[in-house]
Amino acid sequence: MEFFRIHKTIPFMRHALVLNIISFVTFALAVFFLFHRGLHLSVEFTGGTVMEVAYTQSADVGKVRDIVGRLGYTEVQVQSFGKSVQIRLPVKKGVTSAQQSAQVMDALKVAEPTVELRSNEFVGPQVGDELTTNGLKALGMVVVGIMIYLAFRFEWKFALATVLANLHDVVIILGFFAFFQWEFSLAVLAAVLAVLGYSVNESVVIFDRIRENFRRYRKMSTTEIIDNAITSTISRTIITHGSTQLVVLSMFFFGGPTLHYFALALTIGICFGIYSSAFVAAAIAMWLGVKREDLIKGGPAKRDGESEDDPNAGAVV
Amino acid sequence: MNRYPVWKYAIIVVVLLVGLIYALPNFFGEAPAVQVSAAKSTVKIDASTRARVQELLKTAGLTPELLSLEPTAVRARFATTDDQIKARDTLQQALVPNADEPSYVVALNLVSRSPSWLTALHAFPMYLGLDLRGGVDFLLQVDMRGVLDKKAESFAGDIRMGLREKKVRGSAVNRNGQTVEITLRDADSLETTRRLIQDTMPDLSTVESQQGAEWRIVASIKPEAARRIQDAALKQNVTTLHNRINELGVAEPVIQQQGIDRIVVQLPGMQDPAQAKRIIGRTATLEMRLVDESAEGRSAELSGGPVPFGSEKFLDRQGRPVIVKKQVLVTGENLTDAQPGFDQQSNQPKVDLTMDAKGGRIMRDVSRENYKKRMAMLIFEKGKGEVLTAPSINGELGNRFQVSGSMTVSEANDLALLLRAGSLAAPMEIIQERTIGPTQGAENIKKGFDSVMYGFAAIMVFMCIYYALFGLFSSIALAVNLMLLVAILSILQATLTLPGIAAMALAIGVAIDSNVLINERVREELRNGASPQAAIHAGYERAWGTILDSNVTTLIAGIALLAFGSGPVRGFAVVHCIGIVTSMFSAVFFSRGLVNFWYGQKKKLKTVSIGTVWRPKTDGAAVAETK
Repeated sequence: MEFFRIHKTIPFMRHALVLNIISFVTFALAVFFLFHRGLHLSVEFTGGTVMEVAYTQSADVGKVRDIVGRLGYTEVQVQSFGKSVQIRLPVKKGVTSAQQSAQVMDALKVAEPTVELRSNEFVGPQVGDELTTNGLKALGMVVVGIMIYLAFRFEWKFALATVLANLHDVVIILGFFAFFQWEFSLAVLAAVLAVLGYSVNESVVIFDRIRENFRRYRKMSTTEIIDNAITSTISRTIITHGSTQLVVLSMFFFGGPTLHYFALALTIGICFGIYSSAFVAAAIAMWLGVKREDLIKGGPAKRDGESEDDPNAGAVV
Repeated sequence: MNRYPVWKYAIIVVVLLVGLIYALPNFFGEAPAVQVSAAKSTVKIDASTRARVQELLKTAGLTPELLSLEPTAVRARFATTDDQIKARDTLQQALVPNADEPSYVVALNLVSRSPSWLTALHAFPMYLGLDLRGGVDFLLQVDMRGVLDKKAESFAGDIRMGLREKKVRGSAVNRNGQTVEITLRDADSLETTRRLIQDTMPDLSTVESQQGAEWRIVASIKPEAARRIQDAALKQNVTTLHNRINELGVAEPVIQQQGIDRIVVQLPGMQDPAQAKRIIGRTATLEMRLVDESAEGRSAELSGGPVPFGSEKFLDRQGRPVIVKKQVLVTGENLTDAQPGFDQQSNQPKVDLTMDAKGGRIMRDVSRENYKKRMAMLIFEKGKGEVLTAPSINGELGNRFQVSGSMTVSEANDLALLLRAGSLAAPMEIIQERTIGPTQGAENIKKGFDSVMYGFAAIMVFMCIYYALFGLFSSIALAVNLMLLVAILSILQATLTLPGIAAMALAIGVAIDSNVLINERVREELRNGASPQAAIHAGYERAWGTILDSNVTTLIAGIALLAFGSGPVRGFAVVHCIGIVTSMFSAVFFSRGLVNFWYGQKKKLKTVSIGTVWRPKTDGAAVAETK
């Protein structure tokens, strides 16, 4: 079986401008929604109490919201996952989390005696800020770490292009979460950072191939070389992402509420990862003016039998 | 070209074997068990405890499947939960006759059903996090400011005392936040004060200034001393929590320091957070009082006569009565430290106590008036007092004094611990709390397991169809990756949480990346007309650089998560990082081994089973060729 029967090199770079404009617009929209609507942060960030209760039959969210609302909570979020319902209560001065959840449970039991408390989570307000700064620190470390590594392995233009392309993915994922007001939890944060590391892979694969092509086809122009590199790696890119997506889908469908948004963030990350590494990263590198000389240093590359300890080994024919 | 030397195969076989052994315990599941551990630090768990448990179970007509002695507990494994409950009740009755004063903790537990030879190899199943096994989880914040404030206050007292002794007049000593401000009248006093602080309080650094006729010294706690003080306070809180939580009868409580000022308390299997909170928040107090040495007191102590008016009867740790006066001399508030050590002269174990200025002063006065009399140190918990020790006073005591004589080393350690554990060193606040029901835990395991299984199956089917035999090799490599991942997690005994399982699923997705990369590369080489053997060789060689690059970048992200993440993010990051490392082994080294083993011997290899290699024809008509 072979999915990709590509006859000729596809001239991706001819449409680079259009693609970059699309990227830019999506990016701008994402930023807009991030600022306009903001992220719907989970209790881990904001502080508060989350209870999960289970019913014997499918739960009536409206009824639950009504009951909890009558207890004097104005900002209650109730979300249903089949038979289980998640109730999120804000921090209330002078009432402990245990009292809060006991109060809610009592009220729910009056309406439906079979209801059962599955889990209860309380987070104090002082934890959130720390999580946000740590999250940003982690993001910074990933970006800087990857930049340094790529600058060392390839060249700074590639490093910059890769990181820009992938940050664009991250912002778009966040944009989705802001637009749909999906809950942004710590697990989602982990997914976002994992995606950042993972989709850099794709850019690396393409850049590896660009470097190889620079050596192999001495007459081709930079644009042609990039086109060729993307064309010859596109099948791999789609297959690997497809197979990763298979697992992510499996998490999405079987993983329950905890993994729901985690898988969702990964899905968006993977889809945009394909797009950005194929269309954005290479294009940015092109705009930045990548040249043959940037990648092939120290005289003409040897043909076959290049020494093994060359850091750029594995790219000759 | 596609042959591995024997040593490479040997590595593969050894790694697979080790991986298999350590992954194995996870497949045996868990059996109900009863665990007996010590509730007091004076109670030791040893072979005699095991014998006693065995005896007790035998008389009750219960035969455990396995009775094992661990460093801190005796565990009896049973076939059914009915037996488990029966055994628990039997042991509870026999070992803990008085629920208020438990010597042992008898708790229900789950232990691995894995055979004893695996346990002997230190192969244990993965350690499941609370979200997978159910229980209560607290994050406590220690008030470090309070600790330093208290310490500064005690320094201020010490300085005040010292100045009085040195007869420095007209001085004022005040604590201002975490610094101590001393105002003095003249330069001589300033010098004396500076000396005093330098000589007796090495933890303080001083800044001097002069304003008109007023001389000032501002003493602040040195940063390294502050760190040490905070660390000691945290450690002490952890110790105290340990002692208290022992009473809850939780099989495997986790009490750990997190960061510089936090403590994580995890109580697997516990379902009542309110009870746990009561115990955690409870305050125990230490009191020092004189022993009633009057004739009536003596007779009450020795022959059980009536307790004289103004005195009380308490039991010591051996159960002997001690008649103690009601007047409290000092409380734990004034005790700043208690450390076990050895007496320089007699070379006997001792406990060194350090009091703050107020406590020291009282001690001095009391010891002067009560030479050769006994002083009792009592600990009160839940309103019930117990005499820890009642030594006689053999000299004038001061800020620092020691308790020694007729103690073993471990008794001295215990006493120091109990004296310190008398009260929490610093106030704590619960800043995060989570309760996970037992059904929820089991469900999370199932969900996580399903995600991994279905994801794995889907990838395997796809790979086998798309890449034929090479796909099968990749799938086997993927299974090996999963096995190694489980084995390493079991060896490290890292806590597996639901996000950890998610990372495992993701690891499968990322690991297959490498194999797709290799397989596509081999196909490409074939497409370009390379001979099968050369294509395999070139495919692996060329893909390697790319695989390394991409794994390193993924690893960078993983390490960042590990460094800055907490809670669920950390659980995810650990598995993520290990998964990347194992995938390098399985997807490249191991799968190459399989391919070499299969194809390497065949000199005149015509075809490679890697699915369809499609070649674009120059005249336009494409030809697909199945190999």
